[in-house]
Parts: sequence; C-alpha cells; structure tokens
Amino acid sequence: MLKQMLKISLLSVLAAISFPALAGLNIVACEPEWGALATELGGDRVKVYNATTAQQDPHHIQARPILLARVRNTDLLVCTGAELEAGWLPILLRQSSNGNIQPGKPGYFEAATYVQKLEIPARLDRAEGDVHAAGNPHIHTDPRNIALVADALAKRLAQLDPASASYYQLRHRAFTGKWQTAIQRWEKQAIPLKGMPVVVQHKAFPYLSRWLGLQEIAVLEPRPGVEPSSGHLGEVLAQISRQPVKMVLRAAYQDGRPSEWLAEKAKIQAVALPFTVGGSEQAQDLFSLFDDTLQKLQAAAK
Amino acid sequence: MFRRNIIASGIALMLGAPLSALAADNAEILQIRNEIESMKQSYEARIKALEQRLQRAESVAAKADIHSTQAEPAAEQATASKVPTVGNAFNPAISLILSGTYTNLSQDPADYRITDFIPGGEIEPGSRGFSLAESELIVSANIDPNFYGYLTLALSPENTLGVEEAAIQTTTLGHGLTAKAGRFYSGIGYLNEQHPHSWDFVDAPLAYKAFLGRQYGNDGMQLKWIAPTDTFLEFGAEAGRGSNFPGSERNKNGVGSYALFAHLGDDVGTDHSWRAGISYLHNTAKERTYDDLDNAGNMVSNTLDGNSKLWLADFVWKWAPNGNPAYRNFKLQGEYFRHQESGDLTFDTANLASIDRYSATQSGWYLQGVYQFMPHWRVGLRADRLDSGTVDYGVSNSVNLSGSAYNPSRNSLMVDYSSSEYSRVRLQLAQDKSREGVTDNQVFLQYIMSLGAHGAHKF
Repeated sequence: MLKQMLKISLLSVLAAISFPALAGLNIVACEPEWGALATELGGDRVKVYNATTAQQDPHHIQARPILLARVRNTDLLVCTGAELEAGWLPILLRQSSNGNIQPGKPGYFEAATYVQKLEIPARLDRAEGDVHAAGNPHIHTDPRNIALVADALAKRLAQLDPASASYYQLRHRAFTGKWQTAIQRWEKQAIPLKGMPVVVQHKAFPYLSRWLGLQEIAVLEPRPGVEPSSGHLGEVLAQISRQPVKMVLRAAYQDGRPSEWLAEKAKIQAVALPFTVGGSEQAQDLFSLFDDTLQKLQAAAK
Repeated sequence: MFRRNIIASGIALMLGAPLSALAADNAEILQIRNEIESMKQSYEARIKALEQRLQRAESVAAKADIHSTQAEPAAEQATASKVPTVGNAFNPAISLILSGTYTNLSQDPADYRITDFIPGGEIEPGSRGFSLAESELIVSANIDPNFYGYLTLALSPENTLGVEEAAIQTTTLGHGLTAKAGRFYSGIGYLNEQHPHSWDFVDAPLAYKAFLGRQYGNDGMQLKWIAPTDTFLEFGAEAGRGSNFPGSERNKNGVGSYALFAHLGDDVGTDHSWRAGISYLHNTAKERTYDDLDNAGNMVSNTLDGNSKLWLADFVWKWAPNGNPAYRNFKLQGEYFRHQESGDLTFDTANLASIDRYSATQSGWYLQGVYQFMPHWRVGLRADRLDSGTVDYGVSNSVNLSGSAYNPSRNSLMVDYSSSEYSRVRLQLAQDKSREGVTDNQVFLQYIMSLGAHGAHKF
C-alpha cells in the first residue's frame, strides 16, 4: 500500500517535470523586449524564455525557483544590465552554477553596455531613491538603441552558435533594414510631438523623450522607485497649472492611480504606454510596440 | 561690412524715395524701383543659399549624432579601461544590516523554556525594554573565475562578534552542480537558509527554536545539484562538524552531522509560484549539556549522548497579480518537523549523575501568511504548534524528570512598513504559550535597515 502510494506520487512528480528543448540556442531574456529581439534575430534556431512580463516591474521581481531552473539550462542570458536586475539576477547567476552565463562569458549579454546612457547620477546616495550608478537602464524606449543592441546581439548569437552564423547574419540584415525604415516612419509620425511638454510617473522614458523631443516637465515619483505621495502629487499639480502639459505617461506595469488622479485634476490625458512587448494588446512584437507607443502618444496629443 | 553698406544705402533709398519723388520724374522712380527689385531678388537668393547651407549643416550634425550613439560602445570600453588604476576597484561588496527592538514581555524571559523540549541554541525571546538586535556585516565578492566567497559577521548587543557564515562556493562547476565549504546555514527546510533580517516576523518559529535551536548552521561542505529540467528540481547533501544543537562539540575525526534535502518548485500561470521540499538532518551529540527543571522544580544540569534524526517538510506559495509584487502580494509558508532523539541521558551531572536511556519522538509545525495590501504595508499572521509526543526518560531518570504531555503553542500578528526596499519598521504582537500554564503576552517593535551594496534576496 505504502509502496504503491510512493510509486504514484513519484510518477506524478515526474509527470509534472518538463524537460528543456535540446535544439538550437536556449535563451533566457530578462525583459520581453530582449526576448523579442532575440526572436527577430534568431528565428527558429533559438528558444526564448522571458524572465519577466510587461506587467512586471523589472526592478522588483523575485528569484523564483522556475527562473533558477531556466537560467541553469540556458546558453545565453540577454539582460539590460546597468543594475536594473540587481535585486534578483545575481542570486540566479550564483545559484544556477551555469558557467556559460557568468558575467564576462559569451553567454552573458548586457544590452546597456552597447548604448549611451542618460541620467548618470553625479551623486550616489540612496537618499536619492533607486538610482543606478551606470545611468538610467530603460534604454529600449529609443528604437535607435535597439538597433545598436541588435548589432551586438547578432554577433553574439553567431559567436555562440557558429554553425548558424550566416543564418543570424541574414536575419540581422533583414531586421536592420526593416527597422531603419520603421524608425523613419515613426520619426515622421512624431514630428508634431516635438517639444510637447509631458509629465512622467517614473523615470522610465528619458530615451523615448530624447528621441521624440518630448519635454519632461515633472516626475510623479518624488525619487526614482519611491511611490508618489499625495503631497508630491499636489506639488506636481501646482507646477503644471503654471506650466501646462498635454499628458502624463506611465509604463503598463505601474499602478495607474497616481496618473489618473493627476489627469482628472489637471484635465489632461493619462497614457499607459506599453513600455515593452506585451504591454498592450497591440504591442505583440518590437514593431507593433513602437507603432502602438506612437499611436497612443498621438491620440493623447490631439 | 559690404552687406551692411548695401542695407544702409537701401534703407536710405527707401526713405529718400518719397522725398525725391517730388522733384524727380517718372523715369527716375522707375529706375529706383528696378534697383530695389534687383536688390530684393539678390537677397532672396542669398537667403535661399543660406538656408541650404543651414540644412546641409543640420543633416551633417544629425549624422554625427547617430555616429556618436554608434561610437558609444567604444567610449564605454575606454572608461572601463580606466577602472583598474583605482586601487579599491576590486573591493568586495559590503552591506550592513542595522536592527533594534523594543520588547515588552508579560513574563520574565529568564524563565523562558519550551515545556517538554530539551533546550539548545538561542531560544529566549530577547531581553525586555530597548535593545539592539544583531547587526550584520556582509562582505562578498567573486574570488576568481571559479569561486565566490562571502562572510556574514553578527555583532551582538553584548559587544561580541560572531561568524554567522563564512563560506566559499563554486560558480562554474557546470551541470547544475554547486559545491560550498566553510560555515553556512544549512539548506534544510525553507526558513533555515534565510538570515534573520529577511524574516517576516521578529523571531523564529517555535519549531525552529525547539528542534534547531533557532537556526541550523554548520561548519562543513555542501553539494547541490539542480536537475536539467524546466521545472525547478534541486537535490543537496551536506556533511559537517555538527557542533551546534541538536549536535554537540566532539573531539573526533570524521563527520559529526549530515543533511539531505530536495526541493521542487514552479510557476502556475503568471500569478502564482511555489516551492516545496523535504529534508533530513542527522546529528550525533556527545555530552551535550543543558539546564532544565526537575520534577521538584530545581534547576539542574544534564547531559545527553545520542543520535538526533530530524525530518522536515516545507512549502512556500507566493501570489502577486500578474506576478508583479510591487503593489500587492501574498505569501503563505509552512513547515512541519518530526524529531527522533535517543541516547543516554545523565541527570544532574553535578550531584546525582544518574544515567539511563532516553528516547523521544516529537513534532511541530508553523504556518504563516503575509499579505502586502498596498505599497509599503504588510500584515502577517503566524500559528506555531508543538506536539511533545512521547518522551521516555528511562526507569531511573523518570523519577526526577517526566513529560507532562503539554503541547506548546504561540500565535503572532505583525504589521510592517517599508519606506523602501532597504528599510522596514515592524510591530508584532504575540501570545506565547511555550511554558505550561503560563501565557506570555509579547509586544515587539523593531526596525531593520540595510546599508550599502544591493543585496539580492532568495525566493
């Protein structure tokens, strides 16, 4: 009886365990935008697992057991870097005992090292909130940065999987062509947005703002990563009554209440930008991510 | 200079035109008109040329801008190459945990005991009034491409320094294998590996106090293997000195204690994640000394030589809407302990020193839920239960020692506020019935703050 029960429970445990795919490169992307980019470049020669979704704050997820299992089995880790994942990635790296993906190894890819970062703090002090020594890590909101990361990632894929090097090269060339055309289209679309004053909830969009020429007048978070207080919201409201803005922007994963409150009081638009792939129904890949971002900005600017 | 002259004469002409018109004939006016017309044309051409030049300059600048973003990786490397000239660039990451409590206990903590459970380790609820809790200093770094090392020093309020953990571990063995050596908290159970500053309550669960003397650390080695599956499956084995409760210091070669554990974990959808495990810890005690009350109510000192076998089952389940714990999340965790201990017990070593067989089978569990209902704020509830089970002191010792079949229990309620991930202030109320017939109403007020390097927390 006991033996039988043991057998059944052992079998059910085995049935619950799934095994990773063997073909091609196994990639774990820390954020969905890099997962999407890896898919663009790697096509069916890569299997991508996203550690976070667009509904999650990449600063603050937990080192869940499943992530440990995925990182243990991966050939390539594609992350933003610049300390964005400092709260959970180090523990995964250390406990996974996967020698291929330790920092410095070809299997460890940090997107932020390939672009120019903004908002590099002059003073490192936690009294300033959740500041990142390397600069603002949300680099992917400027598609020109994605192009730079794509160049580096394509090379990395070829390095890790030389047998498919020409395949990755071809896909990279095709992607770059389409991407540059798309950038031109988006820039043309965004001409009316140039110089538009906006409020942001979190400092998630400095790269987007620089690209499109949006003017960030105020931030709802009193310090980066610190939830907006009612006192600070009042100050922002007073500020935008002197300096009118068109809209308040937030990322899909953020609590909508502070933005909605300000929008209602100041009679402006509250816009939840998809922020990354999967952040809205429309944003299903990198192209539709920016299509939707621009569409939402344009709609609110009217 | 030349342009300014033309403009000046042009203005003079225009101003002068109406005046001279009185005297001049039509032909002159026509001539002046033609001159102005030609000047206008030449200016338009000039402006157009200037505009074109500006446009060209702008496009060059834009290209340079794109160029500058593309040139960035190179610039990055240039700054990186400067780093090694700084002497402290290789210094390890340092973080410091500061913690303090105010404790209000309705019963004297000096009399604290868990009825029917042989005491060991640190089980007291702490001193009354204001006190400093343990301050922890954590230093860690990669040693070389293959090893990682860390040290956790505990500075006690009594001004003593303790080495909580000091261990090295491999990072690149591959195949999911990690080896660790040194002093470290054992991987058994769920809470055991976590440092007190990351606990959800001020104190350890009763079962941890009763069976592990609060938390089980060991000097030894650990080997862990994560299976190559998409589901998290981990196996671990440890061998160590076994000098801590329920083991004891022994003057012997070889292994004093060993542990085995397995953990399984996964996500369910995006909102749920869980981990469950079973563990076994074996200890051998040699002349483990402890103080206890005998049947007459006198404090006596006894020793135990024997074997301790501890089984643990643990689980933790976490929920967060869309897997984003920033706003709301819930955590449910529980652990079940079953302890078998047998050996020779010497009663009252100072006087009577009577030796007889001792054997006990005891169990206990705790279950706790912690809910973050809005950013910064959490509430938690914990239930602790111990079952004193069967305790046999042997024929000669049962005259002086006997079990009372009392089942200790405790209920705790806590609420905490974290202004950021680095600071936390907590209020905890508890009703502690560890002692038979005595209820200790406890109030704790605690702060836990962390400074320095960003510590990543385990699941």
